[in-house]
Amino acid sequence: MNMPFPNLAPVTPEIILSIAAMLLLLMELVFKNKGVLALAGLIAVAVTLYVLPSSFGTTFGGMFISDSYSMYFKLIFMINLALTILLSLKYLQREKAECGEYYSLLLFATTGMMIMASARDFIVLYLGLELMALSTYVLAGIKRNDIKSNEAALKYFLLGAFSSALLLYGISLLYGLTTTTDLYKIAAQLQQSEVSTTLLLSMILIAVAFSFKIAAAPFHMWAPDVYEGAPTSITAFMSVGPKAAGFAVIGRVFYVAFQNVQADWTPILIGIAILTMAVGNILAIAQTNIKRMLAYSSIAHAGYMLVGIIAGTAEGQQAMMTYMLIYAFMNMGAFAVVIMLEKGDEIKDYEGLAKTRPVIAALMLVFMFSLTGIPPTAGFVGKFNIFMAAINAGYVWLVVVAVIFSAISAYYYLRVVMNMYMREPAETAAINPSPSLGLALVISVVMVFVIGIIPSVVIG
Amino acid sequence: MVPLNWYIMLSAIIFIIGAVGFLIRRNILIMLISIELMLNSVNISFVAFSHYLQDLRGQIFVFFIITVAAAEAAIGLAILVSLFRNKVAIQTDQVTEMKG
Repeated sequence: MNMPFPNLAPVTPEIILSIAAMLLLLMELVFKNKGVLALAGLIAVAVTLYVLPSSFGTTFGGMFISDSYSMYFKLIFMINLALTILLSLKYLQREKAECGEYYSLLLFATTGMMIMASARDFIVLYLGLELMALSTYVLAGIKRNDIKSNEAALKYFLLGAFSSALLLYGISLLYGLTTTTDLYKIAAQLQQSEVSTTLLLSMILIAVAFSFKIAAAPFHMWAPDVYEGAPTSITAFMSVGPKAAGFAVIGRVFYVAFQNVQADWTPILIGIAILTMAVGNILAIAQTNIKRMLAYSSIAHAGYMLVGIIAGTAEGQQAMMTYMLIYAFMNMGAFAVVIMLEKGDEIKDYEGLAKTRPVIAALMLVFMFSLTGIPPTAGFVGKFNIFMAAINAGYVWLVVVAVIFSAISAYYYLRVVMNMYMREPAETAAINPSPSLGLALVISVVMVFVIGIIPSVVIG
Repeated sequence: MVPLNWYIMLSAIIFIIGAVGFLIRRNILIMLISIELMLNSVNISFVAFSHYLQDLRGQIFVFFIITVAAAEAAIGLAILVSLFRNKVAIQTDQVTEMKG
């Protein structure tokens, strides 16, 4: 049998990143100083970013596609990876969780996300999803001697495995209906056939499985526990990476494979989106731990991004992508502040921070304002785009609901600000400054303002 | 020849047994077994569809599912072992450090 050698140009970024991940595993044996591994990881990110623009194309018999859509998401994954490496460097030493596999697993997880964003076939999508998920389960439990970290990994693993079983069952039904796993061929097949109960069931199963990945209600239960228990640097990584990858595949699957049955999946997603915004915003109010609060806030943000998907237009999709990029910067920034403080897990730890550490308090203020969506920060631009896209698509009532929930969110974001600026400090908060953490904070805060003031850098 | 419907019914029943087992049992090992049941029911339906539709894609997918399921079981058990070292617990209602 004669098989043509596949064109590897479109997969070069993934190949480079996975080779780098394997090299990191070997380097761990040689280098005692784990900072070298972090540096090597950053170099891998730089090389991947360098080859990314030249990797357009389709390969492996049309199973893998690299287009501007996947490119945009890969850029988000690279930003996420680079910022996480910067956050982790000192934090791991402090937590005594330093091990070489850490950086290797981060790179593998990111490779999985990139494969997800580029999947044009359910087989590739599933493999990418599992590569990402399995690496992230281990990362959540990387503090082996900490019972909370173990518990987070276990909860994440059980619910993640359950959701991937649901996804597979949905795919198998879809395969039975259409004889194919290729997203474009599925779309062509669905054009001819009527919407049957089986198709509806498979759509629901696939939507539910992706809702687990993006932590949308009612499948969000794992998020607060996992975010609280996992090491903070991994919480930051998980709150952006897998969520962005989940949205990348939702955009691809629902806009390509299910494009002809849009009227049937829109109600499913509207229900999930409203519930997600309600649960995320209302339960966040009651939290006293800032990592749990940010977990509920990330659930709420998944709800806003779903509104962009529901719009069902190219504008909505673009708004969702822009929001994801903005969310990456502001959320990473907020977690960087949490890592910077020696004792910063509880919201009451922030009391009077403005008096003792004015710069850190000001940075946290910017990120909280951005997460609320107050101009001139980037969060406003993101929300504005999403809501405009939904209004242009005719979902005015949904936008009204989203804006109301967004107003509720001001309560718990601004409570942190109030604690910092209007309370008296109990003691001077100890901080852990390091050049890499400072760099991550500077990048985040600069991008939040740049996108907030000149939105044209990310739109269009 | 066994009709396709029977296979689909079998797969659906096993999937439901797995899902219900996952949701109501509290023993983590049983929950892992339930997940395996769910994955294997998917394999049955893929192979059945693949045979009746005369298309090989389904069978290829099954290979990938089996491989990934093995990796998943390895990681799941590893996580369980590291939990067990810190706290001798195998029931989910004993693992409640975080709530709210």
